[in-house]
Amino acid sequence: MHEMSLCEGIRTVIEDQARGHDIKAVRRVRVEIGRFSGVEKSALEFAFDVVMRGSVAEGATLEMIDMPGRAMCYDCMHEVEIDDRLAPCPDCGGGKLMPVAGDELRIKDLEVI
Amino acid sequence: MCTVCGCGDAKLEGHDHGHSHTPTYDHAYRHVHGRGHGHHHHDMHFGIGPAGVEVPGMSQERLIEIETGIMAKNDRYAEANRAILAGLGAFAVNLVSSPGSGKTTLLCKTIEALGDQPLAVIEGDQQTANDADRIRATGAPAIQVNTGKGCHLDGHMVGHAMEHLKLAQNSFLFIENVGNLVCPAGFDLGEDCKVATLSVTEGEDKPLKYPDMFTASRLALLNKVDLAPYCDVDLDLYEANLRRVNPGIEVIRVSARTGEGMDSWLNWLTGSLSRKTARTAAE
Repeated sequence: MHEMSLCEGIRTVIEDQARGHDIKAVRRVRVEIGRFSGVEKSALEFAFDVVMRGSVAEGATLEMIDMPGRAMCYDCMHEVEIDDRLAPCPDCGGGKLMPVAGDELRIKDLEVI
Repeated sequence: MCTVCGCGDAKLEGHDHGHSHTPTYDHAYRHVHGRGHGHHHHDMHFGIGPAGVEVPGMSQERLIEIETGIMAKNDRYAEANRAILAGLGAFAVNLVSSPGSGKTTLLCKTIEALGDQPLAVIEGDQQTANDADRIRATGAPAIQVNTGKGCHLDGHMVGHAMEHLKLAQNSFLFIENVGNLVCPAGFDLGEDCKVATLSVTEGEDKPLKYPDMFTASRLALLNKVDLAPYCDVDLDLYEANLRRVNPGIEVIRVSARTGEGMDSWLNWLTGSLSRKTARTAAE
């Protein structure tokens, strides 16, 4: 998708935080990445290193926390966990699934000094 | 830098950017103050994290809880746009599709059919003002946003364009996004809903190949249905695949060329606008 742009967003948030706090350096950035967020994790990791250069987060570790994909099955009306957007319902085998979670793209916390 | 993504130097046609584009929390919060939030998390939790986060031997390290969406900057601009639209009782449609689905032609025909109804158009493309020129030829006010290398419109670009358009009360705002079935799905512009145009020449499995866009859309316009007999396609299969990725999606079969289905689409639009206007009046 646009991993470089997402890293620009991460950098903006970090720089805003750095202005309000006494932050010398960011050591670790933890982000939550939903299964259906469309993020290519290796591309995000690559872009992160490049985009953080020259910021307080230069050299920081990017830790990605996988968030499961969840969907409402319109056949059995159960909320189920699915790995793939086109997977059938694990409970009833139905094919009408509406994603309800798994699009997360969130910065959870920063480890700073 | 104008785009959230930083992947291009967007410019409004005829608009010289002479000021800083670095948004600040102050700027954005002024606009969204007092508005209910959608499903996105805007809350900022400043301060030290929960107990036990200090690492032995590295006592000066600390954890700052953020809990902020990576798209937070875009989302603040989108919420500001949404607040302006709500105040006007205006209904904004984010028109998304792959390139060549017939969005602009469909939009021109829609504008002609809506007659005296107040409306305005934001046209997003990487280059050229061709589409805005086509819209203006119908008599409707339009502004072109060229995204440069950017692959989508974002909340900030649309906010600027809205300032230039001077939207009327109870009007339509049509935002024709960059032809792209991937990135625009992830960028809230402050619109009431996304409407995806899918033309019958694209193949029945398009919704399965690009599910996110069709999941994010409230309505799909199955366009160029007059060509269906020449394309060996199954229109029911198009609809089944749309509902497979979004069981709640509404589907209208249209042909901008012959006018087939246009009444249903126009009724859908005017009904949506009436509900929005009534909601604004009630508040």
